[in-house]
Amino acid sequence: MNVSPILAPSSAKKFNVRTFSLVRKTVEPDALRCQVERPEAGAFLAFEGWVRNRNDGHPVTGLTYEAYPELAVTVGEQIIAEAEERFDTLVVRAAHAIGELNVGELAVWVGVSAAHRDDAFAACRYVIDELKERLPVWKREHYVNAPPQFLPGTPMRVAPAHEEALGD
Amino acid sequence: MEGARHMDEAASAVKSVHVRYFATLRERRGLEEEILQTRAATAAELYEELRKAYDFPFAPEHLRVAVDDALCEWDTPIGDGQRVVFLPPVSGG
Repeated sequence: MNVSPILAPSSAKKFNVRTFSLVRKTVEPDALRCQVERPEAGAFLAFEGWVRNRNDGHPVTGLTYEAYPELAVTVGEQIIAEAEERFDTLVVRAAHAIGELNVGELAVWVGVSAAHRDDAFAACRYVIDELKERLPVWKREHYVNAPPQFLPGTPMRVAPAHEEALGD
Repeated sequence: MEGARHMDEAASAVKSVHVRYFATLRERRGLEEEILQTRAATAAELYEELRKAYDFPFAPEHLRVAVDDALCEWDTPIGDGQRVVFLPPVSGG
């Protein structure tokens, strides 16, 4: 019988597989989900962030995401490594779209497989919350009746939330 | 002594730095990147030069700095040939 080799969760680094990627235009959730599948997994959780048609009461027709790609990949992989360390997961992956997106399109994807659901939920939540505040990515909104503009955003956090709280 | 004098000279010497701009800073500057000649000794000094020259809308405490693609402190010395990025408040996800 031909049994395909199973990659251990820690093998991502060894084989130089990117755990976080920036994707021009469209994030493909099915392909990402395949990377997360493991026979040991009893739980799979994915978060998808979509382009919404309104923000702050204004109709939005689309978005452009701009990234500092070199640093964004480093920070994204760091956040995923933190989630793997803090929670009992099998595989954690994430991707963020850059470029122009229409309403309803997928902007960010986080997927986690784990033996049990508690760790999958916690790790998924951790990754999306940290990505929102630490990833060097900027959102420019396009409106019906106004020129496009970058959102004010929040000053980029440089350390995990739990470490910053300890430091204060 | 020799080392200290060398440091002083390095701080005031003219150097070339590669600056990249993103989002609001890119729009304000009208460029994605440039090579600058500067006497700035630290990332903070370089930002003050640029902020005055181009009326950047951010106080330093709302920005972060990366040198050679790694996040660093504002007082990080910058040297000839280094790549510097000032990161506006983020809005990913």
